[in-house]
Amino acid sequence: MSDAQSPTDFDPVEPNTGHDFEPVDVFPDSNDFDLRPGADSCFKCSVCDTNCPVAEVDDDFPGPKFQGPEQWRLKQTDDDYEIDDSVMSCSNCMRCDNACPSGVPLSQMHNTARGEYVEEQMDKLSIEYVRNRILANYRTSATIASKVPGLANWGMNFGPARWLMEKTLGVTKEREFPEFASETFREWWTARGGADASRRNAQESRERMGLDRNADKKVAYFHGCYSNYNSPNVGQAMVRVFEHYGYEVVAPEQKCSGTPMFANGMLKDARRHAEVNVSSMSDLVDQGYDAIASCTSCSMALRQEYPELFDIEGIEKVASNTFESLEYLRIHEDIQEDIQETDVSGELAEEFAYHAPCHARNQGLERQSVELFRDLDGVGIEDVGESCSGISGTYGWKEEKYEKSMEIGEEMFEHMEHAEGDVGMTECPTCASQMEHGTGYEIRHPLELLEAALVK
Amino acid sequence: MAINSDVLVIGGGLAGLTSALKAAREGADVRLVSYKQSSLRHASGLVDLLGYTPDGEGPVTDPYAAMADLHDAHPYQTVGVETVRESMSMFDEVTDYRGDHTDTNALVPTHGGTVKPTARYPTGAAAGLASDDRDVLLVGIEAMVDFDAPHAAAHLEAAGVPFDVRGETIKFPGDLQADAKITRYAKLLDNNGEVAVRGRKKGARDALAERVNTVRENEARVGFPAILGDAHTDGVRAALEEKIGADVFEVPMGPPSLPGLRLEDALFEALDESGASFETGNPVVDFDADGDTIETVYIEKNGARIPNSADQYVLATGGLVGKGIESDRESVKEPVFDCHIEHGEDRYDWFDGDVFGDHAFASFGVETDETLRPLTADDAVEFENLRAAGSVLGGYDFAAEKSGSGVSIATGYVAGENAAAEAR
Repeated sequence: MSDAQSPTDFDPVEPNTGHDFEPVDVFPDSNDFDLRPGADSCFKCSVCDTNCPVAEVDDDFPGPKFQGPEQWRLKQTDDDYEIDDSVMSCSNCMRCDNACPSGVPLSQMHNTARGEYVEEQMDKLSIEYVRNRILANYRTSATIASKVPGLANWGMNFGPARWLMEKTLGVTKEREFPEFASETFREWWTARGGADASRRNAQESRERMGLDRNADKKVAYFHGCYSNYNSPNVGQAMVRVFEHYGYEVVAPEQKCSGTPMFANGMLKDARRHAEVNVSSMSDLVDQGYDAIASCTSCSMALRQEYPELFDIEGIEKVASNTFESLEYLRIHEDIQEDIQETDVSGELAEEFAYHAPCHARNQGLERQSVELFRDLDGVGIEDVGESCSGISGTYGWKEEKYEKSMEIGEEMFEHMEHAEGDVGMTECPTCASQMEHGTGYEIRHPLELLEAALVK
Repeated sequence: MAINSDVLVIGGGLAGLTSALKAAREGADVRLVSYKQSSLRHASGLVDLLGYTPDGEGPVTDPYAAMADLHDAHPYQTVGVETVRESMSMFDEVTDYRGDHTDTNALVPTHGGTVKPTARYPTGAAAGLASDDRDVLLVGIEAMVDFDAPHAAAHLEAAGVPFDVRGETIKFPGDLQADAKITRYAKLLDNNGEVAVRGRKKGARDALAERVNTVRENEARVGFPAILGDAHTDGVRAALEEKIGADVFEVPMGPPSLPGLRLEDALFEALDESGASFETGNPVVDFDADGDTIETVYIEKNGARIPNSADQYVLATGGLVGKGIESDRESVKEPVFDCHIEHGEDRYDWFDGDVFGDHAFASFGVETDETLRPLTADDAVEFENLRAAGSVLGGYDFAAEKSGSGVSIATGYVAGENAAAEAR
């Protein structure tokens, strides 16, 4: 299950463990859950707790320090210690990782603890388990719904059906289900001519840019579920922007990134999906492709959660060659200058209230959209602050968590309403739905704006 | 290609933030990168300049006057006393801190009941100064064991403060768990969120004031641990003052610290307004140099190396605690650029046998020329486009001197100014 390992090779703040750290085999079977990696570096400063959006509003949640390092210590001293059920209230925002001055891999510990709780302590026949499993496997529902998008859009938001879902499954009736697109990204991609069409477009761009027509610029797009089923316009923008810069895009076979499964402790499901993703991405990385994601939770999963939780062949290689889309262009293209020389008019000439998703923060990407677009004529962009949106994927869909989720998001809603614009912007599809839910604003993705600015 | 800027600052503490802010204000295109969130979250939020001399004399009354007598290798001597004043003016401009009306150190009571000589303090601590002679009630919260109010009060009396001080411990209203996070208290007070008191719902501010009123005699000032709100701390204090009928202040606490968090927010906001870029969450692990010029540094994100290039670099990664300086049993190192750090060959020379003795390790750090460029063992410049600021610098013992914030602000300011000038 959890193949425990040291968090990264390089860790400048690993005073206790050193570079040749070996996890102690405390459990009889080394495939069992092990909360150990990095635990000894925790000196209980509690700074992680100041970052936890759940602990701020929930009197019963003991915070990230307890869920990780403390539970490890408790397990050490008490043979019968069972994982506390409060771990299910952790929303997996992963903010605590960024806070720890000693590099304790807190979110890895939480994912492991949650996995153990669900696997060994949770009743598989309980409504909570069934509900969580359905929510975590969004891709399965989405695949079915996308076959009949019109019917699904109607049915999922049909009042009596929603009331029944809340009563029987504990899925809140307060939220509107995301709309399914009439044409998925992959349908669009195939109809457009797939990778061959992309190669031709990239070659044309290279000629326009004065580059070698056959220059080696290629990326593999991890579109994730949401860009495929719900917002194919984001995926299309990603393809057009990358082609504009002369990149050939491929859209390899892929499943869910696993993010909602980690957050619900469904590690077996997550592993099954991860195996497919790693296998198709690692083949491409071998051929010189970099993996690009437009959803920051997807890139987070590929970069950090996979190598922390699973031992899959090729995973390290995929992790070190995965990038968020804007980040990649910032590294490889002179995008800042291109932005300064262009402008946006029409539908996207707006003032945007930008929210950085937690999973963007953890990749050091919380500022890139604001810093990039503040030089773009015709638009304004304002950072609405550091609060978490509160939805955290499936968290805000649970009936018992709905109110907490809205309480966490309150600060963001307030900041959005005080911001100049009435249009929101974020990279994360579930943050987007929370922003929309809390303010009624329309929400856009940075790639859509980038497309409007660069690809005329 | 790489992510480019004129000046790249490595480190997000007080020194890094000051240096990035100064460089941006000088017109440079600045980028700040920090491995983890700012270490200000661990700081009390008090800003000291010089509380005690290196010989342990003090508390110092006028820190500027005392700086002139410091030894030549002290960072204050490197940058000069006038520059320290200038750098503090910039700090005053971007924060709502108090203490800038005088050169004299303020005396602020701490959560342990000691009195700390400090140059600047948050507005929220203002009513608590030990030089004020009005009587004080300290209010502790049962579950918050870091602040034992009666104990702190007894300590303050023993220190000879010119007023009567009493400590009372109360239960925070509502049914909060024993180890509720400081952010939980702050959020409740920020929003005046509902708490249940004997079955009835009440606003947290109102309920807290009512509890305090049952234990207050007629003290003119009431001190709380620093949990009085985060986003609306002035509003929380004002509401409590009205309901209690006394001045209210916060006593700075150990980590994690809300006053430190608020200072971090204020400085990042100023940095944002100056047009600088920043990112946190990933370490600088490697660099390319051409001779003695640093060309590119690499930030690591789970195995991916993100190149960042600049004309000028500032190293503000902190000291032993901030991990800008590392040691093992063999040697002491600066891990990013491997700058030279002077230290004895024998590790037994690094410390003193007496716990509170004069430890050599406390002053370990890079030595610099007068423009703050780190020097090699032969006193040559390590890299012509690298400057160092804050606790990565050697030659001073901030813990003993109470000079950590001042040295960070002053050297950050100078490093930022010089880097921007060279980048043009």
